[in-house]
Formats: sequence, structure tokens, C-alpha cells
Amino acid sequence: MAGKSSEPMMVKGKRLDGRKTNEMRPMKIKMGVVPQAVGSAEFSMGKTTVVAAVYGPKEVHPRHMMIPDRALIRVKYDMLPFSTTDRIRPGPNRRSREISKVMSSALEAAVYTKKYPGTVIDIFVQITNANAGTRTAAINAASAALAHAGIEMRDLVCSVAAGKADGTVMLDLFQPEDNFGEADLPVAMMPNSEGITLIQMDGDLTKKEFDESMKLVTEAMPILYELQKKGLINGEASFEGGKVK
Amino acid sequence: MTLINYEFQKELISKGKREDGRGLNEFRELVIEIGKIDNANGSARVKLGNTEVLAGVKFSVGTPYPDSPDEGMFMVNMELNPLSSPDYEAGPPKPEAIEISRVVDRAIRESKTLDFKDLSIVKGEAAWMCSIDIYPINADGNLYDAAVIAAYLALKDAKFPELDEDNKPLHETRTKKGLKLNNIPMMVSFAKIGDSLIVDPTRREEKIMEDRIHIGTIDNGNICAMQKGGLKPLTNDELSEAVDTAIAKGKDLRKLLKKL
Repeated sequence: MAGKSSEPMMVKGKRLDGRKTNEMRPMKIKMGVVPQAVGSAEFSMGKTTVVAAVYGPKEVHPRHMMIPDRALIRVKYDMLPFSTTDRIRPGPNRRSREISKVMSSALEAAVYTKKYPGTVIDIFVQITNANAGTRTAAINAASAALAHAGIEMRDLVCSVAAGKADGTVMLDLFQPEDNFGEADLPVAMMPNSEGITLIQMDGDLTKKEFDESMKLVTEAMPILYELQKKGLINGEASFEGGKVK
Repeated sequence: MTLINYEFQKELISKGKREDGRGLNEFRELVIEIGKIDNANGSARVKLGNTEVLAGVKFSVGTPYPDSPDEGMFMVNMELNPLSSPDYEAGPPKPEAIEISRVVDRAIRESKTLDFKDLSIVKGEAAWMCSIDIYPINADGNLYDAAVIAAYLALKDAKFPELDEDNKPLHETRTKKGLKLNNIPMMVSFAKIGDSLIVDPTRREEKIMEDRIHIGTIDNGNICAMQKGGLKPLTNDELSEAVDTAIAKGKDLRKLLKKL
């Protein structure tokens, strides 16, 4: 974590953007933004925006990556060059490769891969604007896009991060909190089975703070699930002022 | 693409009709959205029918080239990302992607839309580097024309960041100062199918085209960029007709853009 900020992250029990500690940013989801893909979704969490598209199940290239008894779930997470404050070089880097890898495991847990033996399901995710929480936003978009593609799944995968800034444990960090905070804990879960499919952490948390963080994340899951579900049924959905519409 | 569809499309076009009901010289509907990418200095999302592209401008500071010490730098990068079409694969840019980046770059550079002297900060020492990155969201044919419009609109939306004493950009603080744009470059792309030239081809039409040509024009109707991309030769008459159409369509598109 990048170190201390000169200004406090909490003022009178409210965060810099006016949220409470257990409050997520406003969210939006829209299905079918990439008509040429089998399934797709655009998702935003505050100012973090992402587009996900699913292609497949289809033949595996290169052939040696084929798994005879189940589908290969392949994720490509990519940040667009203009999505961050300083332009980033196009193409994969170590960070994006790692995120792609953990994302594919997180999503594979929910897919009935044995139903599609010897095939690949490609999931492409592009971060169009980054304001912290890009991997969690990417997972929500990818999960909804998989369902939109009609891939058989045991559950949706929902994701949000908790963390600590200015000594306070809080949900869904945005950029200043992520930059100057003390810990970041992105989590993905299958809400109906309460199975954790992704967890990463960096920073410094006591066991008590960790438990608190996990509680915040777990309590947020039904909202994320409802948002994805409503999006899939109605084509789009949003979360604002504590309500999914 | 099946053979039967190939024959069907070819026959339709020879009768002056198209699969989606358009005339041979008719563009798809244009929809634009400007400035939605918070972290970009300028951005635009352009839809041409089902084709959709996203362009973002980023400013950084670099050292000017020795042969033009009082000018800034400019770069266009376009990726044919696998998210946008089943035809594209992941990996380093392929010749197709490099070609489109360079053609879009040329259309904007040669239209003199930007005066590179405006990008100078300290002669010989520091100048703005203006990078435009263009990413398709859905690639349903004719990325060229959509990319030029998106790049132009992103430039129009762009605002410089503040500079500190050492001429380093402070991305958090944006100024109200934008770029002075002297022109509206427009590109019109044609696909040759049989003996007909059609504008704004869809992906299905691009699959059966035997040749393609891209023509860039500026406000006064002059031509600023051109690229032929297929194997089949074009006759002088066809080319001359295409240029006339490109000039006329460019004019229409400019008018439309001012209204949107």
C-alpha cells in the first residue's frame, strides 16, 4: 500500500465520497453490449467501468491446451491505455497476467465445465476506466456475461473488495482509499453456496479487522447477486441509494 | 460465411441492394457519446450501426524530435482486440491492426487538424505527446471510418492537464484548455463486391469483398489520405467515382456530426 495521505479518509463517520463504511458505490449493469459475442456485459462500480465478452464454447487453439474431460476457461483481463491517470502501454503485463489467472479460477468454480469437454470458453475483459476495484468489477461483468452466453452454471460469481483506510475497515474502496489505505482485500463468492472463489490481500490487517472485512463483503453479496440477476432478466439494472432497480 | 450466402449477397449487390436494406452509398446510423472516460484526457464512443469503437486521448510530456524542436508528438494506436469480434485473436498486433492504426494516424495527421506547434512547451526540450488509443467494442465492419470519427471527437473533447515547475503533467488537475482543431477529417471506406463499390461495409460484406479502399477528406473537399487494401485491381473510373462519393459522403458526415 502506497502510504499515508495528508488528509483524513474519514470525516465524521463518512468517507470522502460521503459513503458509510459498509456502503458500496453506485453500480450499473447492461447486457449484450457486444452483439457479436455469445454473451456480454458492461458493468460499472462508481467510476470504474468494464466491458466483458464471452466467446465459446469452441474448439481449443492451441491444441495442447485442450482438456479432454472438461472445458478450459480462459480469461484475458486488459486495461485500456487511457483507463488510468498515466497512459499504460498496451498489451499484457505481469499484473494483468496474474489477474487473468486468478479470475479464470474464480469463474471456473461456477461453470459446469464437464458439460463442455474439450472446448474453450474465452472471456475477454477490458477495463475502460480504472478507479480501484477493477478485478472485482471485472468478475461481476464476466460472471453476468457467462450467464448471458447461456453457459450452464451452478451459481453466479459476485465480487467486491473490503479494505482499511485511515485505520477504518470499509467496503468497496475507491481510488483515494486504495492509494492511501492500509489494506485491500478483494473477494469473489458464489452467494448461494457461500463459496469463496477468489481471495487476495495486500497490506496489514489484524485478525479482528480481517473478520470485519469478510463480514462486510459477505453482507454485500446479496446486492451484487440481485444486480446481476435483474440485469440478466431486464437487460439492465442499477444499484443506487441502497436499492437494486 | 457459407457459399450460399456469398452468392446471395453478390447477387443482391449487383442489383443495387444490400442484405440490411441499405443503398450501396448509404451509411449506417451514427451515434456518438463524448467524454465518458474519467481518466482519459479526452474520449469518445462512436457507433456506426452495430460497429462500436472507443477512443481515448492521453497527454504526456516528452522530448521533441531533433528535426522538429518546436513541435509536439502525435500517435494513433488501434488494437483489433478479441473482445470485439470472433475474428480477432489475442497476442501482439497483427499486420491488419498495424495497417488500420497507420491509416487512421495518416488521415488525422495529414488533414492538418492539429497544428503540432501548439503542442510545444519549451523549444527543443519539452513538448506534449498526444496519444490516441482506439479499441473496438463490437467490430461489425468498417472500423476505419468509425475510428477516424472517434479519434476526432476524442481530440475535440481533450483538455490538457496542469504542468508543474519541471514540466511534468499533474493528471489530477485539469485545465480548461483544449486543442485547437483546424479541420474535421472524415474517412469513407468502400468494399468492392463484384463490379460494385459499396460504402460502410458490414463484417459480413467485408468477408466477401474482393477489394477495399479508404479515402480521407477534409473540410474543403480535398483528399488527405488514401489506402487500397485488396487484391483485385480497380479501374481509373471506379477510383474516380469512389473519390467523388467519398467527398460527398464526407460532407454529409461532417454536417451530421455538427448536429449530433
